[in-house]
Amino acid sequence: MDKFTTLTGIAAPMPLVNIDTDMIIPKQFLKTIHRSGLGKNLFDEMRYFPDGTENPAFVLNKPAYRDAQIIVAGDNFGCGSSREHAPWALLDYGIRCVISTSFADIFYNNCFKNGILPIVLPPDAVEALMKDAENGANARLTVDLESQTVTGADGTAYPFEMDPHRKHCLLNGLDDIGLTMEKAPAIEAYEARIAQSQPWV
Amino acid sequence: MTGTPTHSGPRTLYDKIFDAHVVDRQPDGTCLLYIDRHLVHEVTSPQAFEGLRMSGRKVRRPDQTIAVPDHNVPTTPDRVVGIENPEGRIQVAELDRNARDFGVNYYPMNDIRQGIVHIVGPEQGWTLPGMTVVCGDSHTATHGAFGALAHGIGTSEVEHVLATQTLIQKKSKNMKVEITGKLRPGVTAKDITLSIIGHTGTAGGTGYVIEYCGQAIRDLSMEGRMTVCNMAIEGGARAGLIAPDEKTFEYVKGRPHAPKGAAWEAALAWWKTLFSDEGAHWDKVVTIRGEDIEPVVTWGTSPEDVLPIGATVPAPQDFGGGKVEAARRSLDYMGLKPGMKLTDIKVDAVFIGSCTNGRIEDLRAAAEVLRGKHLAPGVRGMVVPGSGLVRMQAEEEGLDRIFTDAGFEWRLAGCSMCLGMNPDQLAPGERCAATSNRNFEGRMGRGGRTHLMSPVMAAAAAVTGHLTDVRELMAAPVDA
Repeated sequence: MDKFTTLTGIAAPMPLVNIDTDMIIPKQFLKTIHRSGLGKNLFDEMRYFPDGTENPAFVLNKPAYRDAQIIVAGDNFGCGSSREHAPWALLDYGIRCVISTSFADIFYNNCFKNGILPIVLPPDAVEALMKDAENGANARLTVDLESQTVTGADGTAYPFEMDPHRKHCLLNGLDDIGLTMEKAPAIEAYEARIAQSQPWV
Repeated sequence: MTGTPTHSGPRTLYDKIFDAHVVDRQPDGTCLLYIDRHLVHEVTSPQAFEGLRMSGRKVRRPDQTIAVPDHNVPTTPDRVVGIENPEGRIQVAELDRNARDFGVNYYPMNDIRQGIVHIVGPEQGWTLPGMTVVCGDSHTATHGAFGALAHGIGTSEVEHVLATQTLIQKKSKNMKVEITGKLRPGVTAKDITLSIIGHTGTAGGTGYVIEYCGQAIRDLSMEGRMTVCNMAIEGGARAGLIAPDEKTFEYVKGRPHAPKGAAWEAALAWWKTLFSDEGAHWDKVVTIRGEDIEPVVTWGTSPEDVLPIGATVPAPQDFGGGKVEAARRSLDYMGLKPGMKLTDIKVDAVFIGSCTNGRIEDLRAAAEVLRGKHLAPGVRGMVVPGSGLVRMQAEEEGLDRIFTDAGFEWRLAGCSMCLGMNPDQLAPGERCAATSNRNFEGRMGRGGRTHLMSPVMAAAAAVTGHLTDVRELMAAPVDA
């Protein structure tokens, strides 16, 4: 997993609430057995017309936002299906950070496993950053995970909360499985105890 | 410290199950939680197995891992000769290979026990009270009906559980949702769960584990309880659960993987301690009177867009904040005008099935409404049993004849139209009365329009050709 430390990039505004994982990556693209290559179908049904041509009204099709690395979104981003294809598609497109007032639980977890930083900010801060983002490519945001701040184009800094364990893993690009494997003796002890007390498990 | 409670004093059911599964606890509250049952399907697992292979890791507990293909499988009889779609075929073949190579429990596509993973788990007795159950699927909350802590995970977490049989978790907050009193005739478990989401919103449960309780929940069958817990995720909750009782034990007893003999007695003794203590702390409490719940349908593209069937389509300005634009977009997508009666909405298709409503009781209820009646002209109907065993049971009871006589297609088990990853899909603009769980844009096929409702309400819409209050079709209304 790639580290996440700081990021300065273009933010694309998506003011819609409840952007679900079916919108982020529709089900017909879940048939892959790989993690890569999903970026071209990110937001597929919003981004392309049924004939496959680009919908020029969709934010990521506008010249100013084609190279966006950050999305500023409405409430409850990532709700719905548990598909990790959603963060894979975001990452493959080049999105490394999503800012919203709230995220759905499973999507939020999935982001951290893929080096994407989901940032929760209060409604007024999201609104201000949304307005910033609407200014297009001139409005670059800077995200600093170490200091836990998002800085807007006008220099206003917005602090955000972050779980220390998740921050540590993201800053260092650490793989959870390797860390947990180091706790094998505790897992073995647990299994031995349960084999005695709850043999039906 | 293994098994040390998060706090002393009265605990909720969730607290008890969580505490019992802690393998390791860090000072910041990050826990390593032991997973008793890991359910696996073909869509969210290939990359996880690939990860194991690349790092030379094994499945730690193949005996506690259960795999079944469900999302991609066609539901037509010709599937015995194989899956036509090449990508879907590869994904199912990958699951076959992974199940074989890693030695996990497996129900292949043409096994009579195959079905939707959340129907197979309980049916085979894999899901038991007090367990932790995970699956790379958001509707894993279904298993909470047994008093198990069950929730969906992403593919990276699937790999983590395969390799270590544990999950890194922080404790969620506790929410109690109490449904008091009795339901009125024509009102079902689906109406309960949709009404709760209508009440709390799709993000109302974010950060919580919900315990459903109250007389109306106790009165539900196990099938009904699974329907309620299934949609906890649509309310944003990590999990939803219901304390086990005699109904739970009765359902579990004798199933292939349920404990037997002395182990059954020992299990039962523990299961009977699985309830929220008097005085346990709740971070949030929602109470709804069972008598106030009406048969409901969704009008929009979010499960929170719920209204009683007697209502009219709302206008965007009825909402506040970002929901105004979302409602405008929903109405446009759904092809609806504010102010029109919900009962004036005509349907093109009816889908009965899914992990929400694909169990035997759901089929019985829908068949009861359809007995001696027929699909309205121009409406196509599909019934997809949740598992091969549900299908067999329904055929033994003659339900398949009622459905086919009514003009429905009687299909093989799978996820089918609920997510349209298989050939069962809506055409653009086609409108469907569905017993599934998500009305998202494109969910059942690009441009398809979904109205969520209970099996009896879907059956009623099938007969009349428009959204209908099932109580108007019920032969002999019973006094509430």
